[in-house]
Amino acid sequence: MLMLFGAAAVVLLPNPVASAMSMVASFVGLAGLFIGLNAYFAGIIQILVYAGAIMVLFIFIIMLLDLNTDKKRVPKMMPLFAGLGIVIAFTIQLIGITSTHPNRAMTELNLPAAAEHYTNKLPDPEKPGNTLVVETQISKNLRNNTLPDVHLIGQSLFTQYNLPLQILGVLLLVATVGVVVLSKKQTL
Amino acid sequence: MPTLNQYLLVAGLLFAIGLTGVVLRRNIIVVFMCLELMLSAANLTLVAFSRFQPNAAGLPDIHGQMLVFFVITVAAAEVAVGLAIIVALYRSRQTIYTDELTVLKG
Repeated sequence: MLMLFGAAAVVLLPNPVASAMSMVASFVGLAGLFIGLNAYFAGIIQILVYAGAIMVLFIFIIMLLDLNTDKKRVPKMMPLFAGLGIVIAFTIQLIGITSTHPNRAMTELNLPAAAEHYTNKLPDPEKPGNTLVVETQISKNLRNNTLPDVHLIGQSLFTQYNLPLQILGVLLLVATVGVVVLSKKQTL
Repeated sequence: MPTLNQYLLVAGLLFAIGLTGVVLRRNIIVVFMCLELMLSAANLTLVAFSRFQPNAAGLPDIHGQMLVFFVITVAAAEVAVGLAIIVALYRSRQTIYTDELTVLKG
């Protein structure tokens, strides 16, 4: 609810600073939804990156450009109706699909039962053919009935998703250099 | 207990609100913020699907949350570049209203 109201306020408020502030509210609500969905890590980085870094950047630019409230301008009717028509058609489609699509209820997470899948199974050096079950940090946390969200994400980030992670690092570097080049005074 | 369709409906409404802003607002910074809202709506669907489709161990599917991580990172880079472009645009044209940018108009 907080999220949808915040998002609506972003669109409706005439002052850019006010819409930036309501966007922070919207993102905090969204992070709450993430945490309700047991995605603690995603919720935390949503607050840190979006509500923290990105919104500071937006407000900084608004200050830098010294924007004030939108001038009262008469919107052209044709684009207004076309835009609203697209959005309303989209919403009707959405409601139709979600009401006909088979629903799925949220299941309780059985954390201790999942611990078995995250133990390390090593061959026993003393008795060949036997396997030695080694508890990992993840399985210990699961047995204590806490979800080791950050451990799970970190493990798959540095094993399965190693190449995308490195590409992402290069992308961030390129973006930084690009921003510096763009915001230098044009001296051509 | 909320159901999957409720989350999808909320995410879709968030996307629709963002789309309204992109189409209707004239201030290019607000348009940019609404773009971020639409990205967040996509993130919400990803997290919802990852929660409602448990993996073999019965935990939330971690791959959806990995994609959310990558989307957030790319969005941060995109915001930085976009705002730099807006500043450059303001320097050269002295306006940030999309209906006053008519250079390409014949």
